[in-house]
Amino acid sequence: MNDAEWISAALAAARPKAMGALLRYFRDLDTAEEAFQDACLRALKNWPQNGPPRDPAAWLILVGRNSGIDAVRKRSRQAEMPDEDKISDLEDAETDIADRLDGAHYRDDILRLLFVCCHPDLPATQQIALALRIVSGLSVRQIARAFLVSEAAMEQRITRAKARIAAAGIPFETPGPVERAERLASVAAMLYLVFNEGYSAGSGEAEARGALCDEAIRLARLLLRLFQTEPEIMGLTALMLLQHARTPARFDADGEIVLLEDQDRSLWHPKMIDEGLALVDKALRHWKPGPYQVQAAIAALHARARRAEDTDWGEIDLLYGLLERLQPSPVVTLNRAVAVSKVEGPEAALAMVEPLEERLSGYFHFHGLRGGLLMQLGRNEEARIAFDRAIALANTPAEAAHIRRHIDRLASKATAPQAASRR
Amino acid sequence: MLYAILCYASEDVVSGWSKEQDDAVMAKLAAVQEKYARAGKLGPVARLLPTTAATTLRKVKGEPVVIDGPFAETKEQFLGFYTVDCADLDEAVQFAREISDVNPSGGSYEIRPVGVLNPVKATI
Repeated sequence: MNDAEWISAALAAARPKAMGALLRYFRDLDTAEEAFQDACLRALKNWPQNGPPRDPAAWLILVGRNSGIDAVRKRSRQAEMPDEDKISDLEDAETDIADRLDGAHYRDDILRLLFVCCHPDLPATQQIALALRIVSGLSVRQIARAFLVSEAAMEQRITRAKARIAAAGIPFETPGPVERAERLASVAAMLYLVFNEGYSAGSGEAEARGALCDEAIRLARLLLRLFQTEPEIMGLTALMLLQHARTPARFDADGEIVLLEDQDRSLWHPKMIDEGLALVDKALRHWKPGPYQVQAAIAALHARARRAEDTDWGEIDLLYGLLERLQPSPVVTLNRAVAVSKVEGPEAALAMVEPLEERLSGYFHFHGLRGGLLMQLGRNEEARIAFDRAIALANTPAEAAHIRRHIDRLASKATAPQAASRR
Repeated sequence: MLYAILCYASEDVVSGWSKEQDDAVMAKLAAVQEKYARAGKLGPVARLLPTTAATTLRKVKGEPVVIDGPFAETKEQFLGFYTVDCADLDEAVQFAREISDVNPSGGSYEIRPVGVLNPVKATI
């Protein structure tokens, strides 16, 4: 790794901490961003000559703060602040600021930085775009590519989101325990949105959008380092790791979806699985179950099964039952029905699925699963109708192609008896 | 003399590497390791999972307490380590507890899952 690569990795790693502190200092997103950019430019010049600082985040905060103040003073034609090369006690100042910005400080700064991105007035797509821009420091072009929109459209979306936040006001008071917990829950939900935006991509876009999954995991790990005893943050991080671990096996060579049970499990990412399983283990010791932990525990059961037929569906059924109680939703019940179909058979599962029709009639997976169960029961005509509705609702070409293969199988079943009788 | 080389670096930076960057670093490290392994000088090499996966058993006085996260004090020094194959975290905590029970001084035991283990055996 050369100088430039090392420095850009260090700047990216220090960004949430430094941006969080600068936002607290300047109380304005744009000023904080400008100050951070300026500090980064100075780092690119300064670090190769003077060597990297001991604490890059503290260096960036100090230099960024000076440059931000400098910019304000320049505007009012006052004296400039000294150049960072001439600040003789930068080393001391760095230690000093690092001491003052101890764990607790950083914690609320970073949480605030993440929290401003999940303002309830902002639609999900704007929350995600803003977090990627402000917290992760992705360029507008990178974000636009991930969302498959033009750079200009993305620029506008981010500008609009920032304006809304400025109008709503950023909460600068130090949060109390209840507020902190609420912020943490909002931020966790937002990180999972970022992850899913990447995870739900089709194979064609997987490369551009897969970066969103990596970024969501990076931020979740960061959050977990700040809130080490929160089992739900352990659960969220584990859930994302265990799902992302399957990425290399999720699409075949033609870009079609490979169902979990058909995936080549040797392609799964073992390091992510190990880390995910370790986090699930840690979370379980708290005996404080929450939706992310339960979903992570379900993903862990899949990860632990060497072959699809080794999957402990009985345990998965129980966990979905727990999830239904913690977070009742027809989608959860639909997922539970998959486990029930494995444990008790398609009839019991269909009985669970049918009552969901009214609420899930516009949901691709509802018709896909219902069609699959009907097919297993030999009710082929009804299955075909369900599959047709699923295709009409498919979100990606890969989803549609997957259902089309079922329909083909139904068609071949319809002709198969004739073929057999001919033989 | 057998030496233990303990690696410290910024986790923020290392965990931010892309897969390509990480692979490139690991390949270079593997080349260095191989040189020493061939000379029969290299013992087991481990890459640990991130500190977010760590749990710490800490005994100041009396019953030890189990804390989420890595060892974070600076008043104690790194004195030794074990590797132990456990079914789950509970078993690993139990192992650390038994170690701490027979150790008359207080201290901390960071329990960290091992990500990659290259079990090369030194012939010295």
